[in-house]
Amino acid sequence: MDNTETKEHQVVFWSGNQIVAEAAIAGGCRFFAGYPITPSSEIAHVMSKRLPEVRGKFIQMEDEIAAMGAIIGASLTGERPMTATSGPGFSLKQENIGYACMIETPCVIVNVMRGGPSTGLPTALGQADVMQARWGTHGDRPVIALTPAYLEEVYSEVIRAFNLAEMLRMPVFVLIDEVLGHLSERVEIPDPSEYELIERPRPIAPPEEYVPYDSSLGDVPPIADYFTGYRWHTTGLNHDKTGFPTTDPDICQFEEERMMRKVTNHLDIIESYDEFMTEDAEIGVIAFGSTARAAMVAIADARDRGIKAGLLRPITLWPFPEEPVRKLDQHVKAIVVPEANLGQMIYEVERIAGCNGPVVGVNKVGGVPIYPGEILSKIEEVA
Amino acid sequence: MHASYTNYLRMDHIPHMWCPGCGIGIIIKAVLRAFDALEWSADDIAFISGIGCTSRSPGYLDMHTLHTTHGRALSFATGVKFSRPDKHVVVISGDGDAAAIGGNHLIHSCRRNIDITLIIVNNYIYGMTGGQYSPTTPIGARAATSPWGNVDTPFNISELAKGAGATYVARGYVGSGVQLERLIRGGLTHKGFSVIEVLSNCHTQFGRRNRLADPIDLINSISESTVNVKKAEKMSPEELKGKYIVGLLHQDEEHPEYCEAYEQVIERAQLAR
Repeated sequence: MDNTETKEHQVVFWSGNQIVAEAAIAGGCRFFAGYPITPSSEIAHVMSKRLPEVRGKFIQMEDEIAAMGAIIGASLTGERPMTATSGPGFSLKQENIGYACMIETPCVIVNVMRGGPSTGLPTALGQADVMQARWGTHGDRPVIALTPAYLEEVYSEVIRAFNLAEMLRMPVFVLIDEVLGHLSERVEIPDPSEYELIERPRPIAPPEEYVPYDSSLGDVPPIADYFTGYRWHTTGLNHDKTGFPTTDPDICQFEEERMMRKVTNHLDIIESYDEFMTEDAEIGVIAFGSTARAAMVAIADARDRGIKAGLLRPITLWPFPEEPVRKLDQHVKAIVVPEANLGQMIYEVERIAGCNGPVVGVNKVGGVPIYPGEILSKIEEVA
Repeated sequence: MHASYTNYLRMDHIPHMWCPGCGIGIIIKAVLRAFDALEWSADDIAFISGIGCTSRSPGYLDMHTLHTTHGRALSFATGVKFSRPDKHVVVISGDGDAAAIGGNHLIHSCRRNIDITLIIVNNYIYGMTGGQYSPTTPIGARAATSPWGNVDTPFNISELAKGAGATYVARGYVGSGVQLERLIRGGLTHKGFSVIEVLSNCHTQFGRRNRLADPIDLINSISESTVNVKKAEKMSPEELKGKYIVGLLHQDEEHPEYCEAYEQVIERAQLAR
């Protein structure tokens, strides 16, 4: 018998937001704190119903900041917590996101991106939080942001977000957009045996020997759950390996650099991207999320017209997949970067792609998706 | 009678960073005596703070200590408590931390009635940042940002907490450590959200600008401004003007506690499956 025995998959027709919630539960999430915000609210709706069914906890907090604080508190007790929000809420959470980075606490933050700065276009698509995800909180910190493009991928990337958060002791972002959050499509739910749930490193040393940021155990030191006998101190101040504040310049430098290495030294497990017809491509297209779906159609249309175009689709937007861009850049004469913002990811592409050819954007911020025809026109222009 | 509060201290982190004569020491001592009297294990306590002088106290306590962001301690505490309702969660906060930047979390924690004990050290000033006026600075008082006298109407924190739905509200002051310990112990054992406001002295930042630079003078001045709740019952509003009523101000043991109420949500969801 074939050893790739076909699993009986549950087939669903759910919205992206529902997929996020169900994937979180599959990913071991039993604690959700949130605040109502369009277009992410359905995630909270589903979590409020589903979590008590699996003896989990849902709480609607008084504001976005509190929701972020609550999931960090929950994480310290050993939960795999999540919150979900959208642009303005993501802005409000930024200080506590920095805190989670600083104290190295695993958690997952979903941002269903909407249009515009400020209140903007609450019910419409945007992809304009690319740079907010990277630089939104003050100070330097590592960042992981996952940008799935299909609901099946939303499911697997949400589970992966929990695993990465746990493995690397840090917050992980899942950036989808209003289109992905609200569209419904057929998804085969994987059997739990088909994915792994990875837990945070926990101390093996007895409490009296526990050092919460002991880098001699690697760049991701074990983290002790509250109320398990390990009494440790946590502060957002720069701290030494014991967790207590320090202003020693060498220690501050060392610890901040160690935090960054959690991402830069684990690209093999973090970085993810997809390629479509890039092998012989003469025109490269780089797009993520729902815009990448339009780009696929544009590329197929371009091929029909004799233009060899190909798509590179970052699934990890941060860290940005540098090597694949470099590789693509070597054999294309131009790169087209469609994104539902006024040009954010394109900075990364320009930084990496060098001078082999023009890098041009296709940018829309009116709340409607970038259509395949618009990408095709740009491909034809540079071909 | 000598309570063993040193068991709860991280002695290797003493001496502390507070000014000589600061009231926070009296308050921490009262908290630790209360823990000791209740025989609470340090392994079962999460002690959480925001930012400010008061909020530096967790660093000296040998328990699960979390020094969070400015004003947000209650939100972190809610996450800890809601995850582990069987454990003790105590928050300590200054007047600026709790009532200004953290005001929203304060009122909503009161409303939610989650079983957290909040100790607010009210010293009428932002101490750590250099003596700016706070939401509890009295009218007319001088601060780094009210050099011509404060015109910003102060909050009555205890009344605010009571109005917002806290089910245990008490006010103590640093001039009476024994009463303070009793009020804190009452809050720790109360099932629901407890607020203990403690009138305290910041002679460095508040006193120095208001002719009360000596800690003893300021502590005495605070003591003189207080009236016991029993005595206050017999006083007219005119007589109570400018006075702080101290003692147990409010307790409601009937209102459901949040985590217990949520257990019913879980049970309902289980039955419906």
